[in-house]
Amino acid sequence: MNANIIQARPDFAAIAQWIPHGSSVLDLGCGDGSLLRYLRETREVKGYGVEISDANIAACIANNVNVIQNDLESGLAVFENAAFDFVILSQTLQATRHTEALMKEILRVGNEGIVSFPNFGYWKNRLQVLRGNMPISRDMPYQWYDTPNVHLCTLHDFEMLCATHQVKILARHVMSGLRSVRVLPNWRGSSAVYRFKREPA
Amino acid sequence: MNSSVGIVSAQRAIFNAPFTCKSGAVLAGFELVYETYGSLNAAKSNAILICHALSGHHHVAGYYADEPKNIGWWDNMIGPGKPIDTNHFFVIGLNNLGGCHGSTGPSSINAATGKPYGAGFPVVTVEDWVATQAMLADYLGVQQFAAIIGGSLGGMQAMHWALAQPQRVRHVLAIASAPHLSAQNIAFNDVARNAILTDPDFHGGDYYQHQVVPTRGLRLARMLGHITYLSDDAMADKFGRELRHGKLNYSYDIEFQIESYLRYQGDKFAAYFDANTYLLMTKALDYFDPARDYAGDLNRAFAQAEAKFLVVSFTTDWRFAPERSRELVRALLHNKRDVSYAEIASQHGHDAFLMEDAQYLAVMRNYLDNIAQECAA
Repeated sequence: MNANIIQARPDFAAIAQWIPHGSSVLDLGCGDGSLLRYLRETREVKGYGVEISDANIAACIANNVNVIQNDLESGLAVFENAAFDFVILSQTLQATRHTEALMKEILRVGNEGIVSFPNFGYWKNRLQVLRGNMPISRDMPYQWYDTPNVHLCTLHDFEMLCATHQVKILARHVMSGLRSVRVLPNWRGSSAVYRFKREPA
Repeated sequence: MNSSVGIVSAQRAIFNAPFTCKSGAVLAGFELVYETYGSLNAAKSNAILICHALSGHHHVAGYYADEPKNIGWWDNMIGPGKPIDTNHFFVIGLNNLGGCHGSTGPSSINAATGKPYGAGFPVVTVEDWVATQAMLADYLGVQQFAAIIGGSLGGMQAMHWALAQPQRVRHVLAIASAPHLSAQNIAFNDVARNAILTDPDFHGGDYYQHQVVPTRGLRLARMLGHITYLSDDAMADKFGRELRHGKLNYSYDIEFQIESYLRYQGDKFAAYFDANTYLLMTKALDYFDPARDYAGDLNRAFAQAEAKFLVVSFTTDWRFAPERSRELVRALLHNKRDVSYAEIASQHGHDAFLMEDAQYLAVMRNYLDNIAQECAA
């Protein structure tokens, strides 16, 4: 099943490459627990997920993944400071309302954060906007009136948030579908994964 | 697919050795009634213990040959093809020590005196229950439980198993429970106890000799309890301000439907439940506090736990509110234990843990299916 998951979710492999064997991981908005299951099977991580949706809670439990039913928007009070080696927010950042507060919570609870999100600055998105429409793509497959995404951003935007919030970016992996993108990432990347930590004061 | 375990019968285990309660009181011996469903596998790895709450007992699933309408109290959860699937698991239900459904309790005859124990029956605790449940497990040849499952007070027993007998339980399912009662919860219990203790028919707990039962007290206790088990919304939905006779009578008789319902529930309960058992069950609830031995630090209390946990709460349960379940989850997370937590949207208050709800049943089924696979591996 691992190969299938990577096909469906290319960011999973990008995330997994940064996670050493046996790490402790918190996956925020973990969906049906596929990433945690993948990390457990390939990296032997000790993992927990956080989900709000009833269907996903039942699916995580079916996947034998630890999951805590909790609304990300209300914070992560159930988790202690520096409780995890990594806190992951995969393809969820853009759908959070209190994005700035959540970034702070990620860095409170985890030693490092890993965030993946669709790049609004991807050239195909820009082209659709130039043509006069909100973009719809593989990474953002929603109509503007029916989207969970409320805080879409470009790679530059995310990096500016980090720069102004004492967040140090440790690594960046930009993708177009399954392929890695190195040249002109904010134009050519359809999604990105960042690894970051608190800037030492 | 959702069939019953069918005809069941209660059995009795007799323990003749003296048992010292947590309080220091000693019982010369005791008996526990229990039922079992499904069969123990060759590896003896598929046993599940069901711990009952305040008014529960050993008749958890199925029905009796001579009483086909007497269906077990958790029959919607346990049976072939049900979440606690008796095709895979060997399920044990018992009546706890101090109960009034056949296990030794205040209404049993004390062999030393030839009279009912009455006030002389010790105040037993969750710890005593776990110790005696472990004796029953030994008796049945179960060294380690695949899971111990309980709601409310039953959840406290399941929790305590993980602390007192960490090697003997692989999974704990604590449903609509709490790591200790709040002051408000103790207050409700004390009002209920006072209703019983101040009933003129109580006779200091030795009412059996007077051939009376403190029915009024027990009724009031149950009525109060019942209010706290339902949510405001559920009550409004079910009864609203509906009048029994359609008009106001300007009297103190039953006028609103809710009054009729509560009195009916109180009467029904008082007809079969023993007042002394009610007293000691509420005391066991009040006393349970695993953090007490650790200066109030629940994290340290749960450091001993090795079991994996499923914690379930219900959104409108204000007697054992979701926040109380989250306290347990926090202590388990602190100790890096495996834990999943589901907060079921329900309008049924504390009673929801006994009701059918698609999400609740799905969570239970999925979790237990994985345990069944472990047992088969």
